[in-house]
Amino acid sequence: MSYELVFEVARGDFDTAGEASRKIKRTLQQLGVSNKVIRKVSIAGYESEMNLAIHSDGGKITLEVGEEELMLTIEDIGPGIANIDLAMTAGWSTAGDEVRQMGFGAGMGLPNMKNNADNFAISSKIGEGTKIIMKFLV
Amino acid sequence: MKVSDLLNNKEFKCLNPQVGIEGVIDSGYVGDLLSWVMANAGKGCAWVTIQTHVNIIAVATLLEMTCVIIPEGAEVEESTLERAIIEDIPIIITGLNAYEVCKILGNAGI
Repeated sequence: MSYELVFEVARGDFDTAGEASRKIKRTLQQLGVSNKVIRKVSIAGYESEMNLAIHSDGGKITLEVGEEELMLTIEDIGPGIANIDLAMTAGWSTAGDEVRQMGFGAGMGLPNMKNNADNFAISSKIGEGTKIIMKFLV
Repeated sequence: MKVSDLLNNKEFKCLNPQVGIEGVIDSGYVGDLLSWVMANAGKGCAWVTIQTHVNIIAVATLLEMTCVIIPEGAEVEESTLERAIIEDIPIIITGLNAYEVCKILGNAGI
């Protein structure tokens, strides 16, 4: 990988959430990545940020840019996902009422990430955290 | 249709006209669930939503929307407006409901 960016996202950080996705998008524009790929990475990146803000105890997003692919790695410090199959089901969410009123918690975050990435992998352990790796062909 | 054409209709008011109102509206989209909007709304659209918090600007910016329309007189938060100015996204308010907004956009050929 020839280029790497790391963004920290804190729990409950709704006011600045979106910042990492915007910076990722600008970076990819400057690197001349196609609009189609930028849209996919932007959507996946934004959903990642929101998930970290809503569900995690904090985490980070790493963008790695290679010649043939882009990679987003999302790592958090917990609490972990009890049932990944359920979490990946469109419409299923554990978000509370407060964030639902803000339009989050539709249960579309992980499915949106998977749908936009060319390669998607998720692993999680209760008490330890969740890791998601998404790859996008350039 | 440009944003400025929409603003010729007195039902609509732009809260931050300094960002420029000559953007072209290619399509319309209505939705309040942000992930759903992220997945389905298109570039260059006018997005009608009752959500008014700052994250709508993140969505509008990432999808390269032309403007955001807040219906039914909902009040827009100051932080949202500040971010909209930074990101050049026109925020338009109206007393009309989302259906009535869409009717006007549809009648204008969108």
